[in-house]
Amino acid sequence: MPKDGGIGASTKRREDVRFLTGKGRYTDDINLQNQTYAWFVRSDIAHGTIQNIDTSDAESMDGVVKIFTSKDFEAAGGIPCGWQVTDRFGQPMQEPKHPILAEGKVRHVGDPIAVVVAETLEQARDAAEAIDIDIDELEPVLDMKAAIQDGATKVHDDLTSNLCYDWGFVEENREAVDEAIKNAHHVTTLELVNNRLCANPMEPRVAVADYSQANDEYTLYTTSQNPHVIRLLMGAFVLSIPEHKLRVVAPDVGGGFGSKIYHYAEEAFVTHASKIVGRPVKWTSTRSEAFISDAHGRDHVTKIELAMDENHKFTAVRTDTYANMGAYLSTFAPSIPTWLHGTLMAGNYTTPLVYVNVKAVFTNTVPVDAYRGAGRPEATFQLERVVDKAAREIGMDPAELRRLNFIKPDQFPYDTPVAVTYDTGNYHATLDKGLEMVDYANFDARVAESKARGKLRGLGLAHFIEACGIAPSNLVGQLGARAGLYESATVRVNATGSISVMTGSHSHGQGHETSFAQVVAEMIGIDASQVDIVHGDTSKTPMGMGTYGSRSIAVGGSAMVRATEKIINKAKKIAAHLMEASEGDIELKDGQFTVAGTDKSVAWGDVTLAAYVPHNYPLEEIEPGLEETAFYDPSNFTYPSGAYICEVEVDPDTGKVDVLGFIAADDFGNVINPMIVEGQVHGGVAQGIGQAMLENTVFDENGQLLSGSFMDYAMPRASDMPMFDVDHSCQTPCTHNPLGVKGCGEAGAIGSPPAVVNAVIDALQRGGYDVDHIDMPVSPSRVWEAMNK
Amino acid sequence: MHNFEFVKPSTVEEAVAALQSDEAQPMSGGQTLLPTMKQRLAAPEKLVSLTGIASMQGVSAVGGVLTIGGATTHATVATEAAAHYPGLAGLAAHIGDPAVRNRGTIGGSLANNDPAACYPSAALGSGATIVTNAREIAADDYFQGMFTTALEEGEIVTGVRFPIPQASNYQKFEQPASRFALTGVFVAKYADGVRVAVTGASEEGVFRWTEAEAALSANFSPDAIEGLSVSADGMIGDLHGTPAYRAHLIKVLTKRAVAAAS
Amino acid sequence: MSKISMTVNGKSVSGEVEGRTLLVEFLREDLKLTGTHVGCDTSQCGACTVHVDGKQVKSCTMFAAEADGAEVKTIEGEANADGSLSVVQQAFQDYHGLQCGFCTPGMVMAATALLGKNPKPTELEIREHLEGNICRCTGYHNIVKAIMAASGQDVPAVAAE
Repeated sequence: MPKDGGIGASTKRREDVRFLTGKGRYTDDINLQNQTYAWFVRSDIAHGTIQNIDTSDAESMDGVVKIFTSKDFEAAGGIPCGWQVTDRFGQPMQEPKHPILAEGKVRHVGDPIAVVVAETLEQARDAAEAIDIDIDELEPVLDMKAAIQDGATKVHDDLTSNLCYDWGFVEENREAVDEAIKNAHHVTTLELVNNRLCANPMEPRVAVADYSQANDEYTLYTTSQNPHVIRLLMGAFVLSIPEHKLRVVAPDVGGGFGSKIYHYAEEAFVTHASKIVGRPVKWTSTRSEAFISDAHGRDHVTKIELAMDENHKFTAVRTDTYANMGAYLSTFAPSIPTWLHGTLMAGNYTTPLVYVNVKAVFTNTVPVDAYRGAGRPEATFQLERVVDKAAREIGMDPAELRRLNFIKPDQFPYDTPVAVTYDTGNYHATLDKGLEMVDYANFDARVAESKARGKLRGLGLAHFIEACGIAPSNLVGQLGARAGLYESATVRVNATGSISVMTGSHSHGQGHETSFAQVVAEMIGIDASQVDIVHGDTSKTPMGMGTYGSRSIAVGGSAMVRATEKIINKAKKIAAHLMEASEGDIELKDGQFTVAGTDKSVAWGDVTLAAYVPHNYPLEEIEPGLEETAFYDPSNFTYPSGAYICEVEVDPDTGKVDVLGFIAADDFGNVINPMIVEGQVHGGVAQGIGQAMLENTVFDENGQLLSGSFMDYAMPRASDMPMFDVDHSCQTPCTHNPLGVKGCGEAGAIGSPPAVVNAVIDALQRGGYDVDHIDMPVSPSRVWEAMNK
Repeated sequence: MHNFEFVKPSTVEEAVAALQSDEAQPMSGGQTLLPTMKQRLAAPEKLVSLTGIASMQGVSAVGGVLTIGGATTHATVATEAAAHYPGLAGLAAHIGDPAVRNRGTIGGSLANNDPAACYPSAALGSGATIVTNAREIAADDYFQGMFTTALEEGEIVTGVRFPIPQASNYQKFEQPASRFALTGVFVAKYADGVRVAVTGASEEGVFRWTEAEAALSANFSPDAIEGLSVSADGMIGDLHGTPAYRAHLIKVLTKRAVAAAS
Repeated sequence: MSKISMTVNGKSVSGEVEGRTLLVEFLREDLKLTGTHVGCDTSQCGACTVHVDGKQVKSCTMFAAEADGAEVKTIEGEANADGSLSVVQQAFQDYHGLQCGFCTPGMVMAATALLGKNPKPTELEIREHLEGNICRCTGYHNIVKAIMAASGQDVPAVAAE
């Protein structure tokens, strides 16, 4: 077994070679014979009634193949929502139609109205400018609290109001929580905004569709994190195409971060249009277009109250949130502020009573859905900010207050008051590790050193809990999910022993081609180079739910383990036959089957060859061949946790914050490839620092997006980031999946924003400023204004 | 973007002639114009590239004056002006990013006069002379508000002459997304007085902070402007900073520029 | 349409372009060199970074006609003559300096341009040089390490084994 190929090895990524040499194959690199180009005409008005669309001049322009409006989609369904939330009165959420192209009304800047399909992209754009659209402007609905007042202008005329749902969790705890807060020794209250973000994977979305009339078959190439989900949603609910006639391919995908989970109108458009025009149709988003057509993330307005007794033990948490849905329900939007947020509000603490209220509101803005972390960053941010504020109010070390209230290592499995059971964890260990890494004991000396240079130094701590691999399917079905949340794998062993694994997970930067191969190689004891990972093509892989929610190794990896176990079991039968031994005595180690207590052995390759050339083979007992599929449905979430510590320096003259250092001490359970895991944390932390310090999605009073390009949406650059110090040595393996893994994709983005803001507040308070909160992003101007209010 | 005829003359005269037709536009490095054209906010019918004109290239220092060809890139200024006018070279070295500096030119920046661009503050702060194909324009007369200059239609910035100061420095506080100047201050100390030019802050574009100039001319030290303040009236307010914040930054950056001037 | 000729990755090429054809469009569509990517439309992300006459430029912010007669190098021309990864490419793999790979060609071209001028850059110089190259995956940590390593400087091991 080569040291660098199995579980726990920092194996270099095999996918890198094609990316480093310019040989990756992203969707925009795909050009089909006789292809046409689509350009979307989008609303530049946030809310209005479409009076007329005049395409007559544009129709006759050079290169125009066809111009589409909503009339061309009368037979199609709306873009479906994949999760139905039930409100606290037992009623289903309000669910408006989300048409492919605007029908009668436009509801956000960027809402698509018409599409030109032309011979070239520039011809499509030229013709698009000649389309005359007459829109009567309506008052835009933008402020969430005003939007749900009686008499407010409605985003959707056919709904009773702009309230999608009023959700309470756990509703039975409501009165007890109110009572506990009323009677508390101390209550800390914090009102905050979790800023709206744009995911901005570096690859903009692209969709290329090709309809074959000869076979009545469609192929869609799309920038997706989950091609099977797109096939199911688009085929079954939008275009009525049966799965066997629809192939969806997500080739190399240049980052997703959640924004490429959803089924988007552009995918349905090109697929349908390809049949109508009888030629392939390609759409490539510009970055400016991405800002107004990719689902956004976050956008919560929250008030949280934390109650404690005289011993500083937390007694209750109550939190009220307004969650912006935007103009339509994106695929998983309703689940984010509810089941991915409310269930995490116990955090790492033994707080016995928790009540979460969420009002989801429609506004005339771009739809909001999951972005890296999805609900869990919103939960962690408010909880870890309010705990920090509480510690400052009572004059206690923030680390000590956390430690006092942590769930203790011997309390696992731990039933929280918000319906979930944490299987394992050791929060004291990760906190201690983080404090050791940051040299907490000598922080005061560093403060003095900064002060000597005229700077204010601060240290911020956050300790997060996350729930990954959302499951099991029967439970999430009760919670409103309209999909299963299993994952699949087919392990195909070839005659000479090499293996192709078809996984339902999708890699768009996570390195599955390397790390998944390490797992199978380790299980069988062959070199990882003998294992190929195939993903991203519905014609090749079994039905899978794709990659999001840090689920790939915990759910997809488990499916692969189960399928590989089936392979090994069958191979042992073959080996037993070949060695004329009892199946129960067969052992597999380092790619050799042996008979216990003897020197008999047969190599992996001999067994696989026998499976496909079954001359000497127990045909009466087992079938030839060596190929197995498994679907894995987890029995619980996994619960990564960790201590994140940020050290900052504030320039009091300008309010500019420099992140001097960032520490992440995570518990991910077992780790397959430490190099990849650490890379995931780096990227997540950078996005969290981006949210905390730089990124903000802002609409003006007319619903125009002010931060609609990289000129105004501040993406983190290399010079904004420190070197990170990350550790994953505290490991409490998951008890309910075969690899003992927990997932690492989102942790960085979840734990870091409160650490950054806590550090800035710490710096200001140490510097003598009476500032207890600044909303994100803590930009220089906001910090300066807080210092000079 | 809309299509256009592309021409690349090799002399100023040819360029001026090419610009005589309607809807013709000169382009130097194109680092601002080209993205604007992609957004279809600019749509020339003829684009006259100035990058092939040898006489508009280069940096030379003679008799206390630094002359820079209009089509000289920021990267070239950053290296070739360093020995003669380090304040200006330092400014050029931090415009945009390395790729932008390899294409963007001083003439293009001054002709565009973006209110958040760096070069206008150096030209105004140095009392530079803008040389065109037709005339010479003093910087004090050249900048006429946001994206507005004294240039006539079809007039090209062929070069800029900077009197070399005794000491100078540019302080840029970056807008976090675009990395243009949220506020930038250029300070230059000459034998006959100090000039202070501010970019990024005012709705009127680059301007001179004359009170600071007077105070610094008397005492070239950060303390000299301690008692001064800039009014927030007329300052830019946007996502990244209020008028009051920009006004505050002007003073902070001016002090830092004076302290750093060499 | 006008005819342009240039040398791309050491080979002479020519083609017919409109005035508005961008260099990146000429590379991707005419020459089928799809390693150069487009990630924005405001000249900030740097995914389209190539070298023109030895200098790092954004090929989305340069007309193809401006490169007439020039020597252009793209990511496809970065590997060694025998097809093995160049020192910079190998360092990106060794130090996990890429994840989704989309910004990577631009990052590599920016890195090689930096090392051409500054063979032993400091961490700060590397970060400043990457001002015009945005990565959303890595947090830049391992990109910086990869460039340090490619310049022959000591960097800590990639991850604890």
